[in-house]
Amino acid sequence: MTPPRPTGTATVLPGGPRRGRPRTGVPLPLLLPALAGLAFLVLPLAALLVRAPWSSLPEQLTSPEVWQALRLSLVCATSATALSLVVGVPLAWLLARTDFPGRGLVRALVTLPLVLPPVVGGVALLLALGRNGIVGRWLDAWFGVTLPFTTAGVILAETFVAMPFLVITVEGTLRAADRRYEEAAQTLGASRFTAFRRVTLPLIAPGVAAGAVLAWARALGEFGATITFAGNFPGRTQTMPLAVYLALQNDPAAAIALSLVLLAVSVAVLAGLRDRWTNAS
Amino acid sequence: MTTRPARRTDRRRRLTGPTAVSAAALLALSACSASSGTSGTDGAAAGSRSPSAPAGLSGTVTVFAAASLKESFTELGTRFEKAHPGTHVSLNFGGSDTLAAGITGGAPADVFAAASTRTMSVVTDQGDADGAPVTFARNQLEIATLPGNPDRITSLADLTRPGLKVVLCDASVPCGAAARKALDAGGVSLTPVSYEEDVKGALNKVVLKEADAALVYRTDVKAAGDKVAGVDFPEAARAVNDYPIVALKNGDNAAAARAFIDLVRSADGRKVLTDTGFRTP
Repeated sequence: MTPPRPTGTATVLPGGPRRGRPRTGVPLPLLLPALAGLAFLVLPLAALLVRAPWSSLPEQLTSPEVWQALRLSLVCATSATALSLVVGVPLAWLLARTDFPGRGLVRALVTLPLVLPPVVGGVALLLALGRNGIVGRWLDAWFGVTLPFTTAGVILAETFVAMPFLVITVEGTLRAADRRYEEAAQTLGASRFTAFRRVTLPLIAPGVAAGAVLAWARALGEFGATITFAGNFPGRTQTMPLAVYLALQNDPAAAIALSLVLLAVSVAVLAGLRDRWTNAS
Repeated sequence: MTTRPARRTDRRRRLTGPTAVSAAALLALSACSASSGTSGTDGAAAGSRSPSAPAGLSGTVTVFAAASLKESFTELGTRFEKAHPGTHVSLNFGGSDTLAAGITGGAPADVFAAASTRTMSVVTDQGDADGAPVTFARNQLEIATLPGNPDRITSLADLTRPGLKVVLCDASVPCGAAARKALDAGGVSLTPVSYEEDVKGALNKVVLKEADAALVYRTDVKAAGDKVAGVDFPEAARAVNDYPIVALKNGDNAAAARAFIDLVRSADGRKVLTDTGFRTP
């Protein structure tokens, strides 16, 4: 089955540019703001590199606490992303493909953690899932499970702030995706779930991946909700951002060194993934 | 438009002549009473000064004060404005480190009240202080536990009981350093569930009943009201925080700055401070 040709492939439109082929130069009104934007994003990172304590860097990086914090950060951010995928993709599908009263409100609720200051998010999680929280007290009484001050608590806190990024990205991709494939699959006898699994999911895979990367990056840098909900204990709940913040209190040089490690690792992971996708597609 | 402010500064300069003289007189007076050491004369001096002083005091006095002084200094600011009509006390509360950085960076403040001698020395080392700092209050640690003290905690050693969730401040922040000192003094080896990023973070874990106890300042226990119970312990005396206060060179209202400092150190000032949990020297 060949997909219907999308309209609007630029080059050969009748009545296009007078000259036979389109100009390839970048228009100045786009180039200048783009460069300004790039400079704005890169400059603070460059400053971090310029002011980094390069001479004491090796000694900072060989301390076991740094690797402990880094490992915990990677484990927790990846787990939070996995958790977000498991519940976030179905949630995005629900928002994009079904019609129910109050959908606009639900969508607003989903994006709420983006607006909420993370520390407030952490307090909200304590009130909900803490030892004395409205749900947490039953978890404690029935299963003996307490989430605050545990690694599981870190993963939950990170999922809470990171999942909206995934849901919004996937929902946008679902809306942009052509529904006719799903409908064709269903008319050919596939159930709605099979159509989602075999047709929709492969179709929106790039969007899901982009959302997962956003969520992962957000989870990796998460500070406020984590320290409020899960506390700060080396090896158990002290992730890199927490270690950086506490180092900043009395040893700014160490804080910069730790930030550089976090940046280097995330750039390596993101660039690596990026290459894999572009090769795959 | 341009001449108005010029004239105003001119008028102020003319005014500062007699004010400076009276300020010097007041300074001598307060120096006398301070060296005599009894709070009675100090209070009497403050009392006798008020009727004569208002002539010289006007304008805004900007006070940078440690966050833990919020309740007491807000009250003292109101009293100061009442005693000296025409003056306005502008209070800026924050972490002592942040405030000190602001002052050395040129922030226009008249008075600095810090939560530790270390942060005060940041300002005095830069030559920004006008005169030598004096200690006006002391804060010490207390055990904050759940209302009614259900775990019957009576000593520092009780905190090591298995099953008890205790939070401390991280050693990189002042309350954590003090906690470490007190625990060492008592020979108590304690593993908390979390090292919090600041004293309010530690307190809130008890307020929200996620932790059973925390080591925080007496003023924090007092400010939390009936949400926590405070337990004094003898080792706290080994880790006392001195609160120094000083007038600043950056300020433009030296007379009012001195009068405010006098009020803080007067019998009235001490009363307000002890009411919020401080001890006074």
